[in-house]
Amino acid sequence: MNERLWEILVDSFPKLLLYGAKVTIPLTAMSFALALVIAVIVAMIQYADVKVLRQLCRFYIWIVRGTPLLVQLYLVFYGLPQIGIKLNAYPTAVLVFGLNEGAYMAESMRGALEAVPKGQLEAGYCVRMNYLQIMQHIVLPQAFRIAFPALSNSLISMTKGTSLAATITVTEMFREAQVINGRVYESLGLYTEVALIYLLFCTFLTFLQRWGEKKLNSYGGIKA
Amino acid sequence: MMLEAKNVHKGFDGIGVLKGIDLQVNKGDVVAILGPSGSGKTTLLRCLNFLERADQGELIFDGEHFDLHSATNREIARIRTKTAFVFQNYNLFLNQTVLQNVTLGLVTGGHMHRSEANDIAMAALERVGMADKIHSYPNMLSGGQQQRVAIARGLASSPEIIYFDEPTSALDPELIGEVLSVMRQLAEEGMTMLVVTHEMEFARNVSNKVVFMEGGYIIESGPSKEFFEHPKEERSAQFINTILNKE
Repeated sequence: MNERLWEILVDSFPKLLLYGAKVTIPLTAMSFALALVIAVIVAMIQYADVKVLRQLCRFYIWIVRGTPLLVQLYLVFYGLPQIGIKLNAYPTAVLVFGLNEGAYMAESMRGALEAVPKGQLEAGYCVRMNYLQIMQHIVLPQAFRIAFPALSNSLISMTKGTSLAATITVTEMFREAQVINGRVYESLGLYTEVALIYLLFCTFLTFLQRWGEKKLNSYGGIKA
Repeated sequence: MMLEAKNVHKGFDGIGVLKGIDLQVNKGDVVAILGPSGSGKTTLLRCLNFLERADQGELIFDGEHFDLHSATNREIARIRTKTAFVFQNYNLFLNQTVLQNVTLGLVTGGHMHRSEANDIAMAALERVGMADKIHSYPNMLSGGQQQRVAIARGLASSPEIIYFDEPTSALDPELIGEVLSVMRQLAEEGMTMLVVTHEMEFARNVSNKVVFMEGGYIIESGPSKEFFEHPKEERSAQFINTILNKE
């Protein structure tokens, strides 16, 4: 490796990391929080079989899963202003990432809710708990454990997915790499560097997942 | 009379499972519901606690009338303040400790103060010999221990009657005894119990009344001693013989 490239990489590393910490991580965290809220609500509506709302949830999942994330970003950021709905780039990214991953996570949650033995619900009724109490104390906590690996998958996927925000002018980690590259023309080196930083983040999340699963299993596990 | 069920009908997908069941339980009765698999015993018990909606039938509990088909949620909640249900596969809350399993219903459903609920739970767990395991999670326990916790959970709400749905059928043979001895002790203390079971020894020596079901009908019912020694119906006699010969 020549000296110039080495200097560029060393020089850009803290800048990229800074954008990672300042933009990529908060963007991921907010989008994931939104996705989680959507997922729980959408999954619970389907689990409880609420008549009309259930159809709406299926419609939402159908639309979101059937169209590309990049197209969704463009549609909201460049398309909606034509009918007077104008959002800034960052909130658009949070909204679209949240809505997008929320649909996948809703399916993970729905599967997990349905995997909780029906007897848990019945036992709850027999000790005079109502439906919401049973969901809150018994079914949802167990469903979260079941869904934990799938939700971790979503988080990791979303962390990398936030790089798409670069296409709607959000200056996050990948966009910053593009900007630096525009000055120095070292595509191979810089994009490898930014890839390694994403890998670093995701490795951390993988460890976090492993730790979380161990922690959850120490509560007696979920096997019936 | 504490509990009376009249003309209970229930079918699944058009196939009749209960075809007009009448049942009476007095306070302090221990009633064993016997019968071959598929005779409708479990379904009957589940209908009485509204875990299944009967297609037709009436329940009179402490003089109060309930329609087994169309009772409102409020009525069902009221019935369940008087009953407890012990399941074949325990159905302990898997994410809660032994103590929490017993207190959760009292605190959330019964709006009881946590410290009071803890006291009641500890007393109930002592009765079933599980007070030393309060911090364990269900899957750290044997089947027999789980079922005893489930009985404590039922006892904690001071029910007037406990329904047992084949409480020992999922247990390894060496664990059946500990559960039966808890049930025997409850019977001696005067607890009213309605027990779906295949345990003939229990039916014969602990219960004071037997209901024999087959094909969705009650074939015979009466005092246990009479049922086992002088069954009136030929089918009952056959059933008793088959079971006793197996044992």
